[in-house]
Amino acid sequence: MAKKVAFMQGNEAAAQGALYAGCKFFAGYPITPSTEVAEVMSGELPKVGGKFIQMEDEIGAMAAVIGAALTGKKVLTATSGPGLSLKQESIGYACITEVPCVIINVMRGGPSTGMPTGPSQSDVMCAKWGTHGDHPAICLVPASVQELFEETVRAFNLAEKYRTPVMVMPDEIVGHMRERIVFPEPGELEVINRTQPTVPPEQYKPYDTQFGDVPPLAAFGSGYRFHVTGLNKMADGFPTTKAAIVQAEEERQVRKVEANRADIMKWEEYLVDDAEVVVVAFGSTSRSARFAVNEARKQGIKAGLFRLITFWPFPEERLLEISKKVKAFITPEMNLGMCTGVVKGCIEGNAPVHGIFRVDGEPINPNEILSKMKEVK
Amino acid sequence: MSGRYELRFSGAGGQGLILAGVIMAEAASIYDGKQAVQSQSYGPEARGGASKSEVVISEGPIDYPKATVVDALLALTQEACDKYSHDLKEGGVLLIDSDLVTKAPAGNYNVVSFPIINTAKNEVGREIVANIVALGAMVALTGVVSKESAEKAVLARVPEAFVDLNKKAFQMGYEKAMAAKK
Amino acid sequence: MAFDYDKYIRPGKLPHIWCPGCGHGIVMKGLIRAIDAVGLEKNNTAIVSGIGCASRLPGYMDCCTLHTAHGRAAAFATGVKMARPEMNVILVGGDGDGTAIGGNHFIHACRRNIDMTYIIMNNNIYGMTGGQFSPCTPTGAKASTTPYGNPDPAFDVAKLAIGAGATFVARGTAYHATQIDKLIVEAIQHKGFSVVEILDDCPTTYGRRNKFRSVIEMMNRLKEVAVPVKAAEKMTPEQLEGKILTGVLHKVEKPEYTAEYAKVIERAQAAK
Repeated sequence: MAKKVAFMQGNEAAAQGALYAGCKFFAGYPITPSTEVAEVMSGELPKVGGKFIQMEDEIGAMAAVIGAALTGKKVLTATSGPGLSLKQESIGYACITEVPCVIINVMRGGPSTGMPTGPSQSDVMCAKWGTHGDHPAICLVPASVQELFEETVRAFNLAEKYRTPVMVMPDEIVGHMRERIVFPEPGELEVINRTQPTVPPEQYKPYDTQFGDVPPLAAFGSGYRFHVTGLNKMADGFPTTKAAIVQAEEERQVRKVEANRADIMKWEEYLVDDAEVVVVAFGSTSRSARFAVNEARKQGIKAGLFRLITFWPFPEERLLEISKKVKAFITPEMNLGMCTGVVKGCIEGNAPVHGIFRVDGEPINPNEILSKMKEVK
Repeated sequence: MSGRYELRFSGAGGQGLILAGVIMAEAASIYDGKQAVQSQSYGPEARGGASKSEVVISEGPIDYPKATVVDALLALTQEACDKYSHDLKEGGVLLIDSDLVTKAPAGNYNVVSFPIINTAKNEVGREIVANIVALGAMVALTGVVSKESAEKAVLARVPEAFVDLNKKAFQMGYEKAMAAKK
Repeated sequence: MAFDYDKYIRPGKLPHIWCPGCGHGIVMKGLIRAIDAVGLEKNNTAIVSGIGCASRLPGYMDCCTLHTAHGRAAAFATGVKMARPEMNVILVGGDGDGTAIGGNHFIHACRRNIDMTYIIMNNNIYGMTGGQFSPCTPTGAKASTTPYGNPDPAFDVAKLAIGAGATFVARGTAYHATQIDKLIVEAIQHKGFSVVEILDDCPTTYGRRNKFRSVIEMMNRLKEVAVPVKAAEKMTPEQLEGKILTGVLHKVEKPEYTAEYAKVIERAQAAK
């Protein structure tokens, strides 16, 4: 049987990806340019017995999805810039309480209200440092409608596997552009479900590390009674100020992601092997970069593309390796140097890093990247 | 930037230009078996303001989703024409509404004009289908998608009750453009 | 036989953090008696709170307990209830948590009329942080941030809840301990969003700044200002001056949110 094909918008594909992953609860608040995700979920979730709720604000939406997740559901919220700022309080709560949830943040200009309808890539630092305190961060940055679908499925998998919030951050161009999508059949993409406790309720502890760094999370209403708090907690979920426990728990929360970087990180290398100039890019900007790389090759410039698919964790080790044999990096991005700074931080000065930054609501044109290649080669 | 055909539908918010672009891209991608990407940029206004919808069509994969050098531009308002004609390629198609765009940009373009909105209003019967009239005209002028595919794509997007209206709008736009081209 | 509170208290989690003379423990005991009287199953009961002294209550209760961020109890609880409507969801918290930082979530939970019970312990102060004035601190009162007397007018929590659409609103006091469980029982049994405001006392941060020389004085004040709604019907406006009505203040039937959403699911599936 032929696969289902559609010409679809990125945001709609993200919603479809969530449904494919088994999402059963969405809470949100209207905000440009992510609202289409909520619109699709409001129509589709009740069809599969799921729930959609439009909350009173972004804060409430993030809180509601965590509450729903604790009853065992796979949950999603979607937002953009100012909404992401508001959600940070409860994102931190989900980090410390280790509640799986997925946040789709369609990047628009900022700070503050910024440019609501203009594209941007300036929330990637907010994905890692937005909420206070030390915490794990997983952030996926897809570049096409198809990939937005698939990475949303993977976001749910990572959230469940590591009991942590996962952010999917398409820029506005990827969120709003339409292209052909081929829907995977059920079972074609891996779908990971939440690990359930194997111990009886009276022995259950929500943070019991005898089951490893990611202990099973029981569901409220399933016969397991336990306590959840945003305070630093011990294995049984109750608050503690005991120094050794607090230190160990904080470290474990971060280690869940850091020790599994290889499993989480994803990137694509295009013509990097013999490249002298490597463009490091993500989202829609990586599409401009690929275009520029192809043009450059035609003109005899040995250019390559390193396309980030996860922004966090960041593939530092691989970039360090590549840096030993290239003449220069080019980092085009729709912000004032967020990715550029991270690249500089991991390549130990092995090669110069040339940023191309735009924050004017306009995409970075392939010609801008091509000109930079000619300049630095 | 070979292998790509780039179209831009521009005008004011509320004129249905995004939908016109989507239908053009669907005709190419779903019915003609080509690759297509549609994107847009718009202001805060739901109605008014300058709005554009871009479609890139290619035989192969499309990297950069936005226009680089525009092959064909539709402008339904003077503001959109002024704002979005700067990167129309030399000899490119420029379709304008003759009532609303009185000052065509200087340059060597293949300019075609007819009263698009008025055609929808007076000859088809509803101003709301001006975008489909324009789409029919763009299909005729560019030939980048087949007429049959474009028609199918239009009909797949409109509610049952408006099939005839949209068919008529598409056909009218197609014919007027063919006539105006001569 | 004495009532067995231990059945609902988590082993090893007492003593609680509340100060001697604080009314929160009285409210918790009332809540426990109410849960027992209604016959709620512990496995199927979620107790959700925000931040503050009163919000520590869930930790002591042997149920599914969720101690959330400041002011957010109603939003988290809405997620729990929507996702699993068969659960009994009870919210607890203080006046600052519920009516200041959590005010928006509070009024929208009232508006939706989602079937949850919210017990708001109003001691007129932010106790945990050391006695700053809250939206429920009386005008003129002293707090650590109103050294010259409070210039702010105070909320009437019950009126706020009624105005926002809650379908059951009651008020009791920490002094009238035996009335607390009766009000909570009725609130839990009510289908819709029910609010029970309990006028409470904070001897540590409110009483000592406002000329209450003892806990007994604070309790006596609660006794004196409280007038049951029935009794108030026979009183003149002059007699009611400075009094606070207690009992069931508001009770109406309106469509409940999760039931309404079940209809949305039916409509969506019928159209599929």
